[in-house]
Amino acid sequence: MRIELVKRPQQSALFSALSPFIALALTLVAGAVMFSLLGKSPVDGIYYYFIDPLREQWSLEALTVKAAPLILIAVGLAVCYSSNNWNIGAEGQFVIGGITGSILPVLVPQFQGPLLLPLMLVMGAIGGALYAAIPALLKTRFNTNEILTSLMLVYVAQLFLDWLVRGAWRDPGGNNFPRTVTFGPDAVLPKILPSQDTANLGIVFALLAAVIVWFLMGRTLKGFEVRVLGASPRAGRFAGFSASKMVFFAFMLSGALAGLAGISEVSGAIGYLQPTISPGYGFTAIIVAFLGRLNPLGIIAAGLILGLTYLGGEAAQISLGLSDKVVRVFQGLLLFFVLGCDTLIHYRVRLAGFGASKAARGV
Amino acid sequence: MSATDGPGAGILLEVRGLTKIFGSLKACDHVDLTVRAGEIHSLLGENGAGKSTLVKMLFGSLEPSEGEIRWNGAPVRIASPSAARKLGIGMVFQHFSLFDALTAAENIALSLDDETPIATIAAKAQALSHSYGLPLDPYALVGDLSVGERQRIEIIRCLLQTPRLIILDEPTSVLTPQEADKLFETLDRLRSEGKSILYISHRLEEVKRMCDSATVLRHGKVVGHCDPRQETAASLARLMVGNEVQSVVRDPVEGGAAAEPLLEVRSLSRRPATPFSIPLRNIDLTVRAGQIVGIAGVAGNGQGEFFEAVSGEVTQPEAATVRIRGNDAGRLNISGRRLLGAAFVPEERLGHGAAPRMRLSENLLLSRYATDAKAFVGGLGIVRTGAVDAAAQRIIAEMDVRKSARDPEAAALSGGNLQKFIIGRELDRKPSVLVVNQPTWGVDAGAAARIRQALIALARSGSAVLIISQDLDELFEVSDFIAVMHDGALSAPMPIAHATFEKIGLLMGGAEPGHAAPETEPA
Repeated sequence: MRIELVKRPQQSALFSALSPFIALALTLVAGAVMFSLLGKSPVDGIYYYFIDPLREQWSLEALTVKAAPLILIAVGLAVCYSSNNWNIGAEGQFVIGGITGSILPVLVPQFQGPLLLPLMLVMGAIGGALYAAIPALLKTRFNTNEILTSLMLVYVAQLFLDWLVRGAWRDPGGNNFPRTVTFGPDAVLPKILPSQDTANLGIVFALLAAVIVWFLMGRTLKGFEVRVLGASPRAGRFAGFSASKMVFFAFMLSGALAGLAGISEVSGAIGYLQPTISPGYGFTAIIVAFLGRLNPLGIIAAGLILGLTYLGGEAAQISLGLSDKVVRVFQGLLLFFVLGCDTLIHYRVRLAGFGASKAARGV
Repeated sequence: MSATDGPGAGILLEVRGLTKIFGSLKACDHVDLTVRAGEIHSLLGENGAGKSTLVKMLFGSLEPSEGEIRWNGAPVRIASPSAARKLGIGMVFQHFSLFDALTAAENIALSLDDETPIATIAAKAQALSHSYGLPLDPYALVGDLSVGERQRIEIIRCLLQTPRLIILDEPTSVLTPQEADKLFETLDRLRSEGKSILYISHRLEEVKRMCDSATVLRHGKVVGHCDPRQETAASLARLMVGNEVQSVVRDPVEGGAAAEPLLEVRSLSRRPATPFSIPLRNIDLTVRAGQIVGIAGVAGNGQGEFFEAVSGEVTQPEAATVRIRGNDAGRLNISGRRLLGAAFVPEERLGHGAAPRMRLSENLLLSRYATDAKAFVGGLGIVRTGAVDAAAQRIIAEMDVRKSARDPEAAALSGGNLQKFIIGRELDRKPSVLVVNQPTWGVDAGAAARIRQALIALARSGSAVLIISQDLDELFEVSDFIAVMHDGALSAPMPIAHATFEKIGLLMGGAEPGHAAPETEPA
């Protein structure tokens, strides 16, 4: 017997909707296999990863803190990927956004007031956008591959941050710890409600961005331009849309959102700059974007699911003594299955009988 | 299950009840076909009649859903093209599968299963090309060859495998009339050697001239077997289409040289964009109000490059190189030129003129969002979907676009219906200048007549229409002037009254106007 993939005449609406769920189910199965190979009970593993973090108020709040940057970045990436521009460097744009957004509270700590936070957010977004403009410029000018350049710029950004917090921006009164001064109260992203422990405005930004981008992509001429240039570049040129302007638009929009996520994380969740400000949000957001089918509303759900894997990873580390690397394995499995299941949208699986295949080869 | 004698003698290929089903569509429906040894058998039918599907099943690239193929009287299963080649079936495709960056001999070597050295293949190919009068340099780079020469590579590649049946898919669609004559000589010669040829075409005159028998397909079914020499072109057309094709009416043009020039191209030159594209050489052209100017030429002589330059997909350094309604447009992009009143229809429907995975209404917006911004785009750039949808439905009704859903994806339409929509999309704007590349390529006869009539109507209402086409019959039917594009240069437009197939054919082959033809073949 042999398994064949047969191209569908049209893409399947059913499998467009189902494929993320099939991918999730397959990830759980593969995860269970992995837990038993590690000598842990698969039931416990799945429980600590995906159920336990949902049982308490504080951990639900923590979930929004993890999901907010993922959603914010992934929404921008969705625009980028829909226009056929492959920004893999959101992690770097996140870091740069964190740095440029921190300029005021680190270098001008005496500057306080209600204007401070909005300025920080704007500067973070601008920093991310400008950093994302580098691969865009290289692509349009020199025809370089944006996947490579944007990815490599991630390491540049991370090392730049590392250098800053160990050198120029190190807190003079910080006992030589590699970190900046702690932000003043006006520089901290407020909680949604004063009663809450951790949930900050980041999730509000993320939800707003998702709804705005959803409207932009579905209802406006700009969204139409993104979709045309992404799906049929030649038809886009015939329409009079400029492919190189689109490269800048897509990269800078996703860079701005990644930068906003960066400064929101630094200001809301950390409160100062340190050598590492992201547990790989910029990369995980790629999975979020695809799991959400590049649809901003789907991305909200996908962001919450991937946020859960971070929390679950922490829980499993404590309860089962599993390495936090398991989180990365889970995320990798999920991306693998999401992309794999997308095959079902364009192809259907056919089992060809052994006899037939033999005859086909025989003649 | 033994081979039949008597009436079956001399039959090389026999097809009984061959059916191919794609989803709910029966592309071929119980097709019967008999090809005798040493005959040229024509397979006639409009686009979408099932000719290509049938041939793909015979060549092993598609598996039949049901039915039987008998080769030399014995039932066979043709599972792959290499199985077909082993049986002795060779095929020359309409769209050549050659690599531009390789030599002719290397391209031939790629299709041979064994590991014969290139030198041996080249020698064999050269010998074969001499004996059939198909001159070919096996070491020439394919990218440097003309379309006719490329076809020769395909034919020689096919002959090297000593087939008994050769399938030719629309072989003359890319040739000049003179090149086609040469091809017919070769086919005659092959027939006299006892080889059979299955000749696919929708050009009735050449079928009448060349073929010994014909099978006519319509909507996947065989509607008749006939001897084309006994039929008239009109009776063959009736069989193919099912009813009389309305002929196009062309009123005399008014105004003449006094009419206002609406599209002017002055000294347009363009370097080749890629190593294998054609440079444009100093093109001058004027299209006046009320006129249709046709540009003939063999495919790949710069028509695509010319279209890109005129439409503004590629802009010119000098603003005065292209003028639309008296305005310099050389530096404007395609939207800017549309805003001056021009409209454009490119050759490729899917992926160029329309985005395949988008709905018809979205594809309407594609070329109209700038010119109809007031109607289609509201504040904040929000698309007025209601207005776009209503306009799309208006065009669908106006052009009689047949479709399966209210607002389907472009890719779901047949080629002819999508082309009607794309032409309708531009006509709906009543443009003062319309530039069309291959308006009816791959479109069935009924739709083609409708499109041509619409183009004439547009010109007669006072617009300038420029048609680039490989179909000479079409150009003679609709044009007031014909110019010929060859190797990136454009001949002076010739009034239709002075133009003949011979004159145009010579220009297509590269002869300069006024010169005697360098090597005319005796007919």
